[in-house]
Amino acid sequence: MSAMRLAAALAACAGLAVLALLPTYVDAYYLALAIGLLQFTVLATAWGLFSGPTRYVSLATTAFFGVGAYTVAVLGELLHWPLVLLIATAIGAVMAVVVGLSTLRLSGLHFVIFTFGLAELIRQLVIWFEVNKSRVLGRYVFVDITQKDIYWQLLVLAVAVFVIGWLIARSRLGFALRIIGEDETVAKHCGINVTVAKVTLFTISAVFMTLVGAIMAPRWTYIEPSIAFNATISFEVVIMALLGGAHRLWGPALGAIPLTLLFEFLAARFPTASTLIMGVIFLLIVYALPAGVVGLWDNFRRQWRPQRVEQGAKA
Amino acid sequence: MTAAGSTVLDIKGLVRAFGGLVAVNGLDMTVGSGEIVGLLGPNGSGKTTALNLVSGVLRPDSGAIHFAGHDIAGMATHRIARLGLGRTFQLVRVLDGMNCAENVRAGLAFHPARFARGEMDAAAIRLLERVGLKDSDQRMATELTYIDRKRLELARALALKPRLLLLDEWLAGLNPSELLIGIALIRSLKEEGLSILLVEHVMDAIRSLCDRCVVMNSGRKIAEGTPDKVLSDPAVIEAYLGAPADA
Repeated sequence: MSAMRLAAALAACAGLAVLALLPTYVDAYYLALAIGLLQFTVLATAWGLFSGPTRYVSLATTAFFGVGAYTVAVLGELLHWPLVLLIATAIGAVMAVVVGLSTLRLSGLHFVIFTFGLAELIRQLVIWFEVNKSRVLGRYVFVDITQKDIYWQLLVLAVAVFVIGWLIARSRLGFALRIIGEDETVAKHCGINVTVAKVTLFTISAVFMTLVGAIMAPRWTYIEPSIAFNATISFEVVIMALLGGAHRLWGPALGAIPLTLLFEFLAARFPTASTLIMGVIFLLIVYALPAGVVGLWDNFRRQWRPQRVEQGAKA
Repeated sequence: MTAAGSTVLDIKGLVRAFGGLVAVNGLDMTVGSGEIVGLLGPNGSGKTTALNLVSGVLRPDSGAIHFAGHDIAGMATHRIARLGLGRTFQLVRVLDGMNCAENVRAGLAFHPARFARGEMDAAAIRLLERVGLKDSDQRMATELTYIDRKRLELARALALKPRLLLLDEWLAGLNPSELLIGIALIRSLKEEGLSILLVEHVMDAIRSLCDRCVVMNSGRKIAEGTPDKVLSDPAVIEAYLGAPADA
């Protein structure tokens, strides 16, 4: 078992090294594709961090993503890049705590609708501010960040989201969230402060989404609210996480990778009908794979487990 | 009717209304240390509401609940649980996505007294054995029979090292032989010094387990005393008459 773990760790390191060197031997198109893949891998994994165990479906992804992007649009030219990212993190975290405290008492459907409304609310607030106060409707992002820089930053962020997700799953917080997802009343009666647990994880998840937005902002050079706060991102992330299976850390990535490629293909081949096809795919996933790709894998393993237990008893 | 020894739970003038319906109306009762108190009454008399007020699921409109030296009226459920209040539910609530050991660890992990990781596994297995689920730690909760699900729920409640255990119809739905096992299990908990407040309809269990009973009807306490005394009380008989007979 430990030999297998070691092999897996080595393979992961080798894979990471290959990914880190990728920008040096692919052309601009494939680099852009890789950026898209990483972007959605981080977003979907971050979404799954919170929504997987709690089963709260959040459509606020784009709210945090957009806030991150706008932080860069406003501050990108004024401050050093790491400081801009730090400020984006802080804004995302504060927003997540406020939103979390006010909404995580809501149940199921109410939460979904609220998070959807939240993204729209923030978009309207930004538009109002830009029109009435700063008197601009779009902003140019002139920062000294190349496509390769974006790629590497997203890669670091992807590693971070997996490491932190792995640590959370092994922590008391992760266990608390699993119990809350199973039965919130039981969780409370086990002594779990469910509000603190949910808001903490919601905030961690939101910080990653905000950072993705901030890192991606230099790609556009021109930003306006409808670009930064694009509701489609929220839906795409949900579809990806559900296809992969949100109840495992690596599940959402399994959905993000094929669907990013598929959406890329659809947007190129059927630019007008891509949303329609996306909707059909969403329905198919919910009906055919309620537990996602990971669910299939778990079923497969469960069928093999009894034999393994028997072997263990003999040994 | 004060209990001998110290009082674990002391409820005074507890009131909770849902709109115009006053589900609990001026309830006074106590549970003494090491005592089993039965909370009886026909369906809809406010028993489960009373339990929900004690465990913090509902906030009382007025009244005081003293538990383990704290006024817990309106306190958050998780804080009450950490003070040492374990409970089971009328409709069994186990964590179906987890195995038995994890279900018990749910009760162990968030207790103020922390465990080291290895100790916690051992404690979970001990608790499972305690309720009669030996060698079930790796079984999924969904694989359990009805009585075993009840046992698992009880083990999780006991994991909190409760000073007071609330059992909401824990013995309901068991067959006659299971009932004897269940009664023996609860009695053995009392012998360990645990204080228990149980809502129950199974008369055999009430007679053989309870030191004292409180009978409610329409949110009010209508009788209090030993099981034999309250069950022969005319007011109690009148309250139960016309109500559907419980098995």
